[in-house]
Amino acid sequence: MASDQQTGGAPQGRRAIARARRREALARGWGQFRTRRAGMAGLGILLFFTLSALLAPVLFPPETISVTRATGELLAPPSGEFWLGTDDSGRSMLALLAWGARVSLTVGIAATLISMVIGTSVGIASGHYHGFGGAALQRLTDWVLVIPFLPLAIVLATVLGGGSTVTIIVVIGVTSWAGTARLIRAQTLSVEGRPYLERSRALGSGNWHQMTRHVLPNVFPLVLANTTLTVAIAILSETTLSFLGLGDPLRPSWGATLDQAFSNGAVSAGAWWYIGPPGLCVVLVVLSFTMIGRALEQIVNPRLGGQ
Amino acid sequence: MSLIQDVAGGGGHDPVPGPPPLPRKDKGGKGLSPGASFALRKTGAALGTLFFVLVVNFFLFRLLPGDPIGMYTRGRNVPAEQLAQLRAELDRPILEQFLTYLRNPFSSTIDSAQFNRPVWELVTERIWPTLLLVGTAIVLASIIGVWIGIKAGWKRGKSFDKVSTGVTLTLYSMPEFWLGMILLIVFGVGVLGLPGVFPIGGISTPGVDTSSLAGWLDVAWHMVLPVTTLTLVYLAEYALVMRSSLVDEMDEDYLTTARAKGLSDKFVRRRHAVPNALLPTITLIFLNLGFTVSGAITVETVFSWPGLGLLSYEALRGPDVALLQAIFLLFSIGVVLANLVADLLYAVIDPRVRS
Repeated sequence: MASDQQTGGAPQGRRAIARARRREALARGWGQFRTRRAGMAGLGILLFFTLSALLAPVLFPPETISVTRATGELLAPPSGEFWLGTDDSGRSMLALLAWGARVSLTVGIAATLISMVIGTSVGIASGHYHGFGGAALQRLTDWVLVIPFLPLAIVLATVLGGGSTVTIIVVIGVTSWAGTARLIRAQTLSVEGRPYLERSRALGSGNWHQMTRHVLPNVFPLVLANTTLTVAIAILSETTLSFLGLGDPLRPSWGATLDQAFSNGAVSAGAWWYIGPPGLCVVLVVLSFTMIGRALEQIVNPRLGGQ
Repeated sequence: MSLIQDVAGGGGHDPVPGPPPLPRKDKGGKGLSPGASFALRKTGAALGTLFFVLVVNFFLFRLLPGDPIGMYTRGRNVPAEQLAQLRAELDRPILEQFLTYLRNPFSSTIDSAQFNRPVWELVTERIWPTLLLVGTAIVLASIIGVWIGIKAGWKRGKSFDKVSTGVTLTLYSMPEFWLGMILLIVFGVGVLGLPGVFPIGGISTPGVDTSSLAGWLDVAWHMVLPVTTLTLVYLAEYALVMRSSLVDEMDEDYLTTARAKGLSDKFVRRRHAVPNALLPTITLIFLNLGFTVSGAITVETVFSWPGLGLLSYEALRGPDVALLQAIFLLFSIGVVLANLVADLLYAVIDPRVRS
């Protein structure tokens, strides 16, 4: 900060240059992304689900998914009035799915944010500090990486109190950062070996400055590509945890709808319209994030080539 | 040969290194051979992880709000002297409790709240069904998955690759329990007028003696749907990993050399490329055992398979805290041990990692 004022010879120059560079890099990235069909298809699917999530309250007023005010017949197969049939309380499946998209996407993205912040910080710090601290962080990462996710998540959710969306977000966030941390750590180590960091150290920059101004911008593209892949996993995890009954029953996600279908005997009733569509939505959204993530990864890390 | 002995010796020696080993213990070795020190290092790391698991398992449940006694005994009639004993135990200093716990984490004095039986007794009788189910699925999935991965990776970009990558990515994006429910509804219950063929749950038909041949067949018949579900979900990952590690090998010089020698394409693939590409796949199969566990929990629930997975679900729905604690510990130990085995195995087949 102090150096900003001291060397402010070209006042708007430096910021503007940085911004222009960033814009250029983004445009280049987008140009590369556009040529990838799978990535673009993923983006299309994702846009569709994002729109349904945003428009859910407009298309389906809240009372359509209220258990007490549902108008349909119980467990009715698809018909002209209810395109995807109804659930065991007579609610329209289509409305449930649109509202479920809100929960599933929100949880997926919020949990990923937590996971990314922890994973990136731990990864950069453990790659930057070589002493005890770095080693301890690396150990912690290895531990969290090995512990099986679902049992740990179940235990955490029980401790934090199940049945709330916030709990699910926190649980997924704090259990899924280790993979990111390991990836970012490796990248940090390679960035730290480059001459410009040596120069920066020689000029007397502190740890914080090195990590935030030099390492972070360099690992950021990788973080971004990893983020989309993590969202995919987070949404799958949300579905699983909600299916196990840890979700908020009042705001049913796709997983919670599947839980309800399963617990209320939709399988033995042969109600395929109650079970099929929520899962299909999960598959499509997870697949779209995976395809976008893979396309980004190939752009960010050309070494992967046309895999 | 000596490499294998080194690793096995190091693993069997037990983690405590004791006094520095005498030189010339290994043939021609100087001090601790790289193999043995690798094995020691990995065993140490695994023990560290186990300790971490124990810490989490002990302290996390102490963080639960409310009266722990009420939580552990939820809805049960517990004799007064047992309650007093429990309270005395919980009133001791927390570190003292932790040390007692460390000494023997498997001897919980607390019974399961749901089943009213000691938790470890409950857990141990559920291990075999899970091993049977998950083990079968892993074996099938690794064979099929690796085969698909080889076929797709060797002819990258061809139609088989495109189709199989699409299918495996889709399977990979699928909640395993959902796939299970779909298979169950289509092949177990029957939809749109078609009758169901397979049993809709359980491990055997009630009343059938499972030690007889007919009983075995009955169990196998009950296994078809859950094993198919798990196999499909697991193989997606194995195929993707195998494919990308084969693709990584494709540009290596030794393959060009092999081709230049005039070896047939099939021979180059089977004797040169695949053995190398298998290495990372094997590690990843083991490393992702945690993911296998989560499949077991939900799929066993869907098919009412009486294993550890279904038990976790029952414990969770309680919630039966003592039981959850035991299951978490067991799953974690299993995965940590499997990882250790993978590390050691990997060092045996690929000497490069030992340095």
